[in-house]
Amino acid sequence: MSTRPPVLSADELRVVFPGRRGAPSASAVDGVDLAIGAGEIVALVGESGCGKSTLARALLGLVEPTAGVVSFDGRPLSYGTRALKEYRRRVQLVLQDPSGSLNPRHTVYEAVAEGLRIHGRGGDERAAVADALAQAGLRPPERFFLRYPHELSGGQRQRVVIAGALVLRPEVIIADEPVASLDASVRGEILALLLRLREELGVAALVVTHDLGLAWNIADRVAVMYLGRIVESGPVEDVLTDARHPYTRALLSVLPESAEPPAILTGEPPDPSRIPPGCRFHIRCPSLTSGEAAGAGVAERCRREEPELLRGVACHLR
Amino acid sequence: MSDVTLLEVRDLHVVYGTGEAAVPAVRGVDLRLPAGRKLGLAGESGCGKSTLALALLRLLPRTARLSGQILLDGEDVLTMRWGRLRAVRWAGASIVFQGAMHSLNPVQRIGEQIAEPLLVHRRASAAGARARTGELLEQVGLPASRAAAYPHELSGGQRQRVMIAMALACGPRLIIADEPTTALDVMIQAQILRLIEQLVSEQDIGLLMISHDLAVLADTCDRLAVMYAGRVVEEGPAQQVYGAARHPYGRALAAAFPRIGDAGSRRAPRGLPGDPPDPSSLPSGCAFRPRCPDAVEACAAAEPVLAAAEPVLAEAAMEHRAACVHVVPAPASVRSPS
Repeated sequence: MSTRPPVLSADELRVVFPGRRGAPSASAVDGVDLAIGAGEIVALVGESGCGKSTLARALLGLVEPTAGVVSFDGRPLSYGTRALKEYRRRVQLVLQDPSGSLNPRHTVYEAVAEGLRIHGRGGDERAAVADALAQAGLRPPERFFLRYPHELSGGQRQRVVIAGALVLRPEVIIADEPVASLDASVRGEILALLLRLREELGVAALVVTHDLGLAWNIADRVAVMYLGRIVESGPVEDVLTDARHPYTRALLSVLPESAEPPAILTGEPPDPSRIPPGCRFHIRCPSLTSGEAAGAGVAERCRREEPELLRGVACHLR
Repeated sequence: MSDVTLLEVRDLHVVYGTGEAAVPAVRGVDLRLPAGRKLGLAGESGCGKSTLALALLRLLPRTARLSGQILLDGEDVLTMRWGRLRAVRWAGASIVFQGAMHSLNPVQRIGEQIAEPLLVHRRASAAGARARTGELLEQVGLPASRAAAYPHELSGGQRQRVMIAMALACGPRLIIADEPTTALDVMIQAQILRLIEQLVSEQDIGLLMISHDLAVLADTCDRLAVMYAGRVVEEGPAQQVYGAARHPYGRALAAAFPRIGDAGSRRAPRGLPGDPPDPSSLPSGCAFRPRCPDAVEACAAAEPVLAAAEPVLAEAAMEHRAACVHVVPAPASVRSPS
């Protein structure tokens, strides 16, 4: 566990979306504890539909949790308009698709200055925009001021989005799949930028991704999410080289370079409106099918009892 | 099997537009794919790989001008009559596009979409097409009853399975898969790749798979070709190109996706400075020169051609070539096996 005090944390967080027309409600986030230390980079990994984006939105104050608390700097988040506005200056969101998150009719300068104007920051706007662009690796910044998004490459666009976040001097960046839509050679450059921002400005980051290689590349800690819960978390070296949860091990085994025989889970990740009883992973769990759980005498518990996240893993076998 | 290679591309050029505005997208590509083999084509946006894929079935817009040869079972696609071309599309070769979300008709049941090529190209009866659709769905791991579903009722992975079922409908000899697993989760990606591999080996079809992820290609394919700025800059056995690339660009692509557990890439993401090349204004000499960490003066002089990167072995299947001044053709003395 991290020794740094958390700057942003979730305690027993739940986000439940009501079902439409009598459909059962969906527990997208179903009891999550997660802490991000100051200057720490945490990777939140999981498959689509596991609730990782909803968790990120709840941490940003974009979704009010059904239960549980989001705390920033040790204080619970307050959901009043003014408090949220100040909060959203200090915790910034970077989205996946830079082409979609930039207004095509705004110049780079306008895109980056927009946050400053919304938050009514005084001072030298031009210098602040130039600083943010330079920090995001667009140098010399003046050369980019009057460019439009369509004149930039994908990597440059993502840097503009990051500059737009940096200009408000945030303490935390929450990035949702920041490199998923970028080319292979650009990917490393953007990841290196996130690392550099941490080193130079002390910006902490929660990176939401389905890419375990990204976690290996930049994160200090990794949290693996399955169907609304964190099933394993810990330092990257431990979780990714010596995974203990059968789900994490399955995810690692299907990577192209894995030495393990691939444990391809069948079917799609199950539905958050019908969470299975017992361990929520038991229906797809290779350790249960292989008889490993039965051998250890826990198979019955797997089917009936939800495992707690203890010492970084939520599995009856550990 | 006949002696004729399933797919042979010879000196293919594709130019968009004319005159001043002409943009060369593919600049002299040679590829070979025997039946039952899997060739991976790697490269980034704008390198010409998708243009190449579309050119193989002459699916490019009218503004594209093509030259060279595309031999499918010995027959040149570029000089085919229209009627013959229509027959070759689907039955000879078919394409699985990326983003199954956008390639399927949202207001038509998937069964009808799979049956369409059967009705048109195979002149199948309605009942025959329905039976075959059920078979195809089961081949790609979906229950035949899903034929009645609309695309929005399926998950991303299931839609990609439907795309593969459609591609298989007319029993093609060649499947071209353009980023078939991009935007899919790792687990679903593994399922789809496994399915493609299994179908290719069962039905002895050739697979041309296109992606920017060298790791995925190396895991699936026998051989890899790396494209940059409209040219193949490296080509060889998949594991060799991925593990021991000889072209600096091949090395950069291989390093972009880290191997978990490799201490060298921990907290050290590796990218490539600079931007992908603009096909309308390529530099003189080697197109990769402006981004190349190993560029020397000679790189500006002339564009290097593919040369044997390893001592030439008796087996053609092991040949590994790269287009870089640093790749010195193996001296004659090494070529003869000792």
